[in-house]
Amino acid sequence: MTQSVVVQVGQCGNQIGCCFWDLALREHAAVNQKGIYDEAISSFFRNVDTRVVGDGGSISKGKICSLKARVLEDEFPEVYRFVTSIYPSGEDDVITSPYNSILAMKELNEHADCVLPIDNQSLFDIISKIDLMVNSGKLGTTVKPKSLVTSSSGALKKQHKKPFDAMNNIVANLLLNLTSSARFEGSLNMDLNEISMNLVPFPQLHYLVSSLTPLYTLTDVNIPPRRLDQMFSDAFSKDHQLLRADPKHSLYLACALMVRGNVQISDLRRNIERLKPSLQFVSWNQEGWKTSLCSVPPVGHSHSLLALANNTCVKPTFMELKERFMRLYKKKAHLHHYLQVEGMEESCFTEAVSSLSALIQEYDQLDATKNMPVQDLPRLSIAM
Amino acid sequence: MSIVTVQLGQCGNQIGFEVFDALLSDSHSSQGLCSMRENEAYQASCKERFFSEEENGVPIARAVLVDMEPKVINQMLSKAAQSGQWKYGQHACFCQKQGSGNNWAYGYSVHGPRHEESIMNIIRKEVEKCDSFSGFFIIMSMAGGTGSGLGAFVTQNLEDQYSNSLKMNQIIWPYGTGEVIVQNYNSILTLSHLYRSSDALLLHENDAIHKICAKLMNIKQISFSDINQVLAHQLGSVFQPTYSAESSFHYRRNPLDLMEHLVPHPEFKMLSVRNIPHMSENSLAYTTFTWAGLLKHLRQMLISNAKMEEGIDRHVWPPLSGLPPLSKMSLNKDLHFNTSIANLVILRGKDVQSADVEGFKDPALYTSWLKPVNAFNVWKTQRAFSKYEKSAVLVSNSQFLVKPLDMIVGKAWNMFASKAYIHQYTKFGIEEEDFLDSFTSLEQVVASYCNL
Repeated sequence: MTQSVVVQVGQCGNQIGCCFWDLALREHAAVNQKGIYDEAISSFFRNVDTRVVGDGGSISKGKICSLKARVLEDEFPEVYRFVTSIYPSGEDDVITSPYNSILAMKELNEHADCVLPIDNQSLFDIISKIDLMVNSGKLGTTVKPKSLVTSSSGALKKQHKKPFDAMNNIVANLLLNLTSSARFEGSLNMDLNEISMNLVPFPQLHYLVSSLTPLYTLTDVNIPPRRLDQMFSDAFSKDHQLLRADPKHSLYLACALMVRGNVQISDLRRNIERLKPSLQFVSWNQEGWKTSLCSVPPVGHSHSLLALANNTCVKPTFMELKERFMRLYKKKAHLHHYLQVEGMEESCFTEAVSSLSALIQEYDQLDATKNMPVQDLPRLSIAM
Repeated sequence: MSIVTVQLGQCGNQIGFEVFDALLSDSHSSQGLCSMRENEAYQASCKERFFSEEENGVPIARAVLVDMEPKVINQMLSKAAQSGQWKYGQHACFCQKQGSGNNWAYGYSVHGPRHEESIMNIIRKEVEKCDSFSGFFIIMSMAGGTGSGLGAFVTQNLEDQYSNSLKMNQIIWPYGTGEVIVQNYNSILTLSHLYRSSDALLLHENDAIHKICAKLMNIKQISFSDINQVLAHQLGSVFQPTYSAESSFHYRRNPLDLMEHLVPHPEFKMLSVRNIPHMSENSLAYTTFTWAGLLKHLRQMLISNAKMEEGIDRHVWPPLSGLPPLSKMSLNKDLHFNTSIANLVILRGKDVQSADVEGFKDPALYTSWLKPVNAFNVWKTQRAFSKYEKSAVLVSNSQFLVKPLDMIVGKAWNMFASKAYIHQYTKFGIEEEDFLDSFTSLEQVVASYCNL
């Protein structure tokens, strides 16, 4: 069992972190009824290495998270640094969030191995969708409470009605699925370091869009469970992405499918064959699929899928971020708060925004190759 | 004549378990269709090759289990123990906690040197337990990080420290799509390194075995367990004892001798396995076989490059003797004749003495360098294998694997041209030059096989 450390930063990070630990215990309790401390639990409950960082918080929080990334790189250069990053949505209540985000992004660009950007709006949309489903009142559409990707039912802490709880649960579930293969057995394991290896073809292009399915399971056994294949289709729909992005209509650099539960290699292969024609992969990675099979499903489900896409569809998010930043920065609004802090200078801002511009340009260049025909390059010729 | 098996990575360990299980199950099978005395000789030989005896009578596999994370090894240890029939040695394992991240460079350049001493010590202890040590059987995949990278490193070490012993690497060729994104890089690095340090590469393609599960075994939801069991069946039918002399009960042949027959030249080390028949237990009950029928199919599978006994192309024939072959093998043509360097057929079961293998001695099947009498060998035993009244397996050094190899090299080359993922390897000391060396070696291998 590879072992990892979770570093929870700021209000957002700590709230998500809390959900995560609760749900993790619930998951391990389901597998390990006697409550014996076993190898699986040891991967998490000593050290767990996924960092949960909030990008849109106050000034101090922004700085802490980027500092953490850099410090961790200096102290532990060999350890993979995975960052789950909550990006502010359009109607964010923190006015200076664009500054924080851009400054943080520069650090993430340079010091994180892998970033999973998530935005609150997408989480909110998913919750609305689930609420609609649950409250529609249709006969037989009762949902198993534990299966809701938004709920912490059956977990240790009491259920709250606070607004961010449901959203945080989604992110916590993401983290659980990300690490499931490292914690539980399966016929094709995948550790966190394999994610980075397979999904990051160039050091700067390390932003992965994630999607989780299914979002719930129905309790009525007379209604046939949503077919397995439907789960795979859903993972590629823009409604299931945790970022406002549409990977299906952009360019894939790489894609990982982490499957849990009673799913075998033939199911996986059949679905990849089925979905491949509707997706566009970059010319040098036409078969850019990384897959894993973990035998233990999440609580309340018989199977689940986490898809991670390295896809140019992140570009609009970054472009929007840059635009919002520029609107503030042009007028130098609120800048003095930052410049008062020792070590902060205007150059930090200009460097940060040019780092982001360079990143956007890389995605632009890749997009330009989208509809070009794939050609085989001439091979080395051997004199016989 | 004992073989020490080294199981590397998730794939190597999962397969290794199935192989030992299949060997022992067959050995205990009551359907050997031969005399009790013969059966006992067979069992004794099988046990000596693959197991050492423990005090309370439970055989211990002659295996060393290596992985860079503990889950799979722990699983295999407990599965074996649960069977009650055999187990793995307590101290025959080497584990770490961090994995290799599907990174060949990490497996080869970091884990290798770091853990060299510990791993080689465990192997040495296992070798010392053998009264008569015949060689190593190393099981690994080439797509991942541990099996491939660490596997290449360990094989190199075995070549250095046991240069007089035979080494065969059982390598799993990944599915064409969808296991690991960097599988083509890992594969070319593995193959080019092993070509230098191993004596023979026995290659099994996941795609081919998958088709056997689907078409011949009629399995609906195919799992890796199914795949590994088919593989274990094939390997078992190669490695179980056979007579060392005609019509006798002597099972003293060294199973790794097959390498001496099949690898006459170091440029040609790629071997593949085809077996017949292969079907689900239900179908088996209703089918009868003749040696003539089985051998005819097997021969056609060989010359038409079929991966299994269904869908064999009947329109491929060997070139007429005396005339040059119609065309040198072209990688673009679908229909071509598969030229062999050497073949070994192993026959197991009822009336095996009556089996006629003349068809395999046709000089038209082979290159001109070896006379058929040297290029072709047959091993036999009356003792049936694993519920099949009659079964035949072909281990072949031929053009079977050229097309898949060419495809992997092509894909890896396209990716290399864009420099994608290269930073992950240079981080750990594998430079672009190393990649170019690998490409060069393998293009050489492809060209050599094409020009047979």
